[in-house]
Amino acid sequence: MSFVRLPIDPVVRARVDRVELPWNRLGLDPYGVSKVHLAEMFTAFGWLYRHYFRVRCFGAERVPPRGRAMLIGNHSGGVAIDGAMLITSAFYELDPPRLAQGMVEKFMARVPFISERQARTGQFTGLPETAERLLRDERLLMVFPEGARGTAKLFWERHSLVDFGTGFMRLAMKTRTPIVPVAILGGGEALPTVANSRALGQLLGAPYVPIPAYLLPVPLPVRMEVHYGEPMTFDGSGTEEDETIQAHVDAVKRAISTMLRERLRALGREPAEGLS
Amino acid sequence: MRVMVTGVSSPIARLVASELLARGHEIIGLDRRAWEGAPAGVEMHAVDIRKRAAEDLFRKWRPQCVVHMATVTHLVAATEERYRINLGGTRAVFEHAGAYGVEHVVFVGRHTYYGAGADHPLYHHEDDPPMAVSTFPELADLVAADLYACQSLWRFPALATSVLRLVYALGPTGHGTLASFLKGRYVPVVAGFDPLFQFMHEADVAGAICASLDQRLRGVFNVAGPSPLPLSVIVKEAGRRAIPLPEVAFQLMRGRFGLPRLPPGAVQHVKFPVVIDDGAFRKATGWAHAHDEDDCIASFTRAFPRPA
Repeated sequence: MSFVRLPIDPVVRARVDRVELPWNRLGLDPYGVSKVHLAEMFTAFGWLYRHYFRVRCFGAERVPPRGRAMLIGNHSGGVAIDGAMLITSAFYELDPPRLAQGMVEKFMARVPFISERQARTGQFTGLPETAERLLRDERLLMVFPEGARGTAKLFWERHSLVDFGTGFMRLAMKTRTPIVPVAILGGGEALPTVANSRALGQLLGAPYVPIPAYLLPVPLPVRMEVHYGEPMTFDGSGTEEDETIQAHVDAVKRAISTMLRERLRALGREPAEGLS
Repeated sequence: MRVMVTGVSSPIARLVASELLARGHEIIGLDRRAWEGAPAGVEMHAVDIRKRAAEDLFRKWRPQCVVHMATVTHLVAATEERYRINLGGTRAVFEHAGAYGVEHVVFVGRHTYYGAGADHPLYHHEDDPPMAVSTFPELADLVAADLYACQSLWRFPALATSVLRLVYALGPTGHGTLASFLKGRYVPVVAGFDPLFQFMHEADVAGAICASLDQRLRGVFNVAGPSPLPLSVIVKEAGRRAIPLPEVAFQLMRGRFGLPRLPPGAVQHVKFPVVIDDGAFRKATGWAHAHDEDDCIASFTRAFPRPA
């Protein structure tokens, strides 16, 4: 139960009603996702999306309006602001609005209040069993294959990509799920991390705590961008040899890095080394 | 069909026996406790399943099916006694079933077998490991009884064994873990956590067990009713008031100040969900629950209104 009830914009509440999930009389789906909690989250995130980060979204029409799909994105910026803005983008920019369901770091479910908010908004601990079930239920899954290593990027590494895990690809092939590559810009500028304190993280039960130049891990109001790429499909069963899977993962990574590079050039900024 | 129901005097086993009787089966009920007003068609025997008298009943009456419900689930019972009943009793049922030509045994287990934890998947399948032994050690005897029952699938190949893992029962008898937790005016919860709870109506419990008998089901099956609900919603719909406590306070206050008595391991189940997928059972039996979540909570609340 939430101690703090957040304000709800009636327009957002009406939009939540258009999210195509199997709601019961109480406004809950079989995973415990709650319409009220979604409306609270999207009221707050909507303000951040429009007024604080002034997010610009490109290619939203490439996301399937219904049915299973995977959003595969790049991380940067200490905490997963990019994830929050991607979820918000799927809600506000798609028609009908869709709930992107993230695969969250395990430690988050142990943190009081965050655990509850996460569960009621469909952001579940990243487990292959849960991910597969969501896809078989025709949900929109959001995965950042760089994991915590992605959010741990320092400011000067913000446009680079670290190694992608391969689990998402095996799952996509097993469940015949289209992958939509997503490039997100601005996360690294919003929280310009200069160091990560693993000791402080250990104290709080987290992998690390990001330390920005101005010490407080509060995001700055910088402009962010979300670019959806063309959906990609990969045939197979997901049981293929590592080399085959890695080649497919590299193709997705390349699609993201190409979008990042092209956009950075268009903005007159130098792409990071390693962006192919 | 001649059906033996062990632990028949518990409120939910009575429903099972009554349902089987209504379907035209001959029923023999075993329980150390009495069943006042048992229907005329239920032949009651006040015996302990672990004693010789119970074996005599197997030999003389030759049941074709046994529904084993003689397990202790209330966690405040002395541990040693629970182990004797839950493990010794389960062992006796299967040994006698194997020795005296029983065709089908239904073991009625619990979904809490899977345990609750921050990194557990939502919707457990039957092949998931029994993590309750680490997350909720007080449930170890029930987990062991479940695993012991599973052994019979290969130990007694001629015997059809159904191991059912049922979610919490909720209904007008007020019997069961969840119902006991909800009975008071105030329900303690751990602040900052609101796990999904999965439950089914008592009548659906009886219906599902009967369906497994009808189909002579063989294997391990999860059995659930309507979709799970967050604990806070169940508490509110039942007209109770949730008292959010920090985890440390929850541990100190359980069993005191009118709050429910719970073992220390229970805190995991008040923080994290145990939710199961029962698709295999529904597919194998064609069974479907008749009571939705509103029915379950309303029937409980009518029988047990919020205490003044």
